[in-house]
Amino acid sequence: MATKAETPLNTYEKIKEQAVQHWQRFESASVPKIAIGTATCGIAAGALETKKAFEEFLTEEGIEAIVRTVGCSGHCYAEPTVVIHCPYTDFPPILYYNVTPGKARMLIRSFIKDGDPLFEYMLGAMAPDELLPSVSDFPRFSKETRVVMEKCGLINPESIYEYVALGGYEALAKALELEPEGIIHQVKRSGLRGRGGAGFPTGVKWEIAREAEGPNSTKYVICNADEGDPGAYMDRTILESNPHQVLEGMIICAYAIGASKCFIYVRAEYPLAVKTITKAIEEAAQLGFLGESVLGSSFDIQVEVFQGSGAFVCGEETALVSSIEGKRGMPRHRPPFPAEKGLWDKPTVINNVKTFASVPPILNHGARWFRNIGTESSPGTAIFSVVGDVKHAGLVEIPTGVTLRTLVFEICGGPPNKKGFKAVQIGGPSGGCLPEAFLDIPIDFDTLTQAGAMMGSGGMVVMDEETCMVDVARYFLEFTQKESCGKCTFCRIGTRHLLEVLMRITRGEGEKGDIELLEELARHVKLGSLCGLGRTAPNPVLTSLKYFRDEYEAHIKEKRCPAMVCRSLTAFYIDLGKCARGCDACVGSCPTKAIFTTRDRKKAIDQELCVKCGECVVACPPEYNAVRKISPAHKVPIVERPEEDMQD
Amino acid sequence: MALVKITVDETLIQAEEGKNLLQVCLENQIYIPNLCYLEGMGEPPASCRLCLVEIDGVDGPVTACTTKVGQGMVVRTDSDLVRELQRSALRLLLSSHRVDCAHCEANKKCALQDIARFLGVGLKPKGLDQILKEPDCDDSHPHLSYYPNRCVLCGRCIYVCKREHPLAMLSFAKRGFDTVVSLYGASLTKDLPCVTCSLCVDICPVGALLRKS
Repeated sequence: MATKAETPLNTYEKIKEQAVQHWQRFESASVPKIAIGTATCGIAAGALETKKAFEEFLTEEGIEAIVRTVGCSGHCYAEPTVVIHCPYTDFPPILYYNVTPGKARMLIRSFIKDGDPLFEYMLGAMAPDELLPSVSDFPRFSKETRVVMEKCGLINPESIYEYVALGGYEALAKALELEPEGIIHQVKRSGLRGRGGAGFPTGVKWEIAREAEGPNSTKYVICNADEGDPGAYMDRTILESNPHQVLEGMIICAYAIGASKCFIYVRAEYPLAVKTITKAIEEAAQLGFLGESVLGSSFDIQVEVFQGSGAFVCGEETALVSSIEGKRGMPRHRPPFPAEKGLWDKPTVINNVKTFASVPPILNHGARWFRNIGTESSPGTAIFSVVGDVKHAGLVEIPTGVTLRTLVFEICGGPPNKKGFKAVQIGGPSGGCLPEAFLDIPIDFDTLTQAGAMMGSGGMVVMDEETCMVDVARYFLEFTQKESCGKCTFCRIGTRHLLEVLMRITRGEGEKGDIELLEELARHVKLGSLCGLGRTAPNPVLTSLKYFRDEYEAHIKEKRCPAMVCRSLTAFYIDLGKCARGCDACVGSCPTKAIFTTRDRKKAIDQELCVKCGECVVACPPEYNAVRKISPAHKVPIVERPEEDMQD
Repeated sequence: MALVKITVDETLIQAEEGKNLLQVCLENQIYIPNLCYLEGMGEPPASCRLCLVEIDGVDGPVTACTTKVGQGMVVRTDSDLVRELQRSALRLLLSSHRVDCAHCEANKKCALQDIARFLGVGLKPKGLDQILKEPDCDDSHPHLSYYPNRCVLCGRCIYVCKREHPLAMLSFAKRGFDTVVSLYGASLTKDLPCVTCSLCVDICPVGALLRKS
């Protein structure tokens, strides 16, 4: 018989005590603490060089300090980000942005040595302070509500103690003291919906899997981290920044449905995420959070990382299952849904990274707490990777119900360089492009679907006025038709024809009837395809046709690209009224020697030679700003090359 | 198994509960175009998307081959939407098919010809460009020739091969529009059952797999 001392919660408390001691030793250290964000985004921006610089300069200066690596805090526009806390000053921890090795040296000298926190390098203080601006003064911080990403950027993802010290794995310990049905009931009551895009109620899915084939049958849990939408990197960042929260959610799910094996399906193109989650599994096993008799209970669970080979379609759950089974990643007809008949025909819960990571907070704070965040029909938070033409790109976690306008303009700063907003593409290649008129709709599963887009897994691409919507549709269709598994007729051939027509239009070869053909094909592909990839692939075409039809018409009827993007429809010329006599700044920039000198010693472009690379626009000094772009291309003013020049 | 009554295009039909709807219709002389389905398949691939039907109370058209019949089911196999989608699917197939019936072994027994006749459309895909694959013929197999521009990728050949041989000789390869049936090259030539077995050739509805003569 289990005595009181052996309950999972007691076992957990002992582990937590150690973890807290570990954390406090660090917290109470009197030396400066430097935390550098080294997730993939940070590394790409040079965080490892910055880290090296800190370490070298500290040694040079003979200063003792703790340099640690943490995950991504979501502020990708500011990478490499560094938080410095000097306990011997009165300042709270301060967040610095774009910290280059040079800035690292300055920070050590001025702040760590001399106590001057260098205002010009900082985003703000991490806690309210009388002297310093606080990060919470900025909408990019204050408008966020962090549930899933609460600990991202604060803890070292490779140290399980840091996660446990901040309350990690407590939800698992609590869960193990509950009946599995009780956990499912809580998840159902929380209203959590799948964060992979479709928004299916998570608790219901778990219940179906638990009841399928009886409680004693073999069952599986799979975490879908096969993130493949262009511009989306939420799942990668979470796995790299706080893998344990995902792992904890999965183990709770496995206990709730009665599974004994979990898979994390993560794409091989995410080497750091694979490494981080693998390390997390090892550490969790060492402390008894997984493996045999978890936290001393009778529950056993194995977790394995499965690396996907990068086919976009494998994010579709039935194709994902095929892939783990060792078969070609092709979707199959549903029903039966994987929750009834999934991996090796056994009941299988497949949830997204963010869905699993939402579970521990729900069990810790209760279903009612979660329900109070966000909207009635889609409670909780949504994480978007906002990229494209915005000032403050990165990961944003907001309560559902926040409007697109708040997200794009207030939180992310809107398009840079004073350019106008044109559209926002939500839901990746399966989503849609929404124009300005939709900016005031609240973000949740249902309103976005009604608008013709979809929540998707959280990719959001903001586009400014210099974006051609036909070209955007072409881009997404190029992606989906290439990533189609080739199984069903509509997706395999239909998306290819959609792409062909779009390419024709962007080349200026669009014909009367092309818009109708696009609409007809798109509708058929949407209705007739086998899986979610095909059924949503036409969305970028359908929404751009609906909201930006005039652009399609301009391409087809006038051979004009209003945004002047499509190369075949645009031309460059030099405004002779602005071109400075004698200046030849543009000449050397032209790779095809298309720029020549006119009789009055100004410059002009030979349209036959011009390849429309746009280098001359960059080369032309801003005080002249003489290079112009025009569409349709045939309206370009022609300047004859002087004859003596031609004899050269 | 219990018998249920279903209505297909106003005809009352008795069928075994849970039986495949496409099979039930075909057995009752109600033709629904289909390419990828074969009798006895446990989980039909539902890839050709031709056997679409509408069912009362079910959202949107569904494939008959993946539908199990249930008591009181009301099915329409000939609604406007169904026909529109079937014609569209056929048109897409034909747009990537080298229509050269006079020189094709499958002429007059070709499923595409039959379905086009049934749907009342010609073999030229109206309004769509013809997109063909390269090369026109894959001759890498010692006994078989494969014609990607005839193939409709129904997968019947792969199914029968897998059913018959422990190590299947055929598989899908490549992605998207470029998907083909792969013959695995000639590396496994030694003990190929293909010397005597012609199941894949016989089952092909469009003459895309032929024995080398």
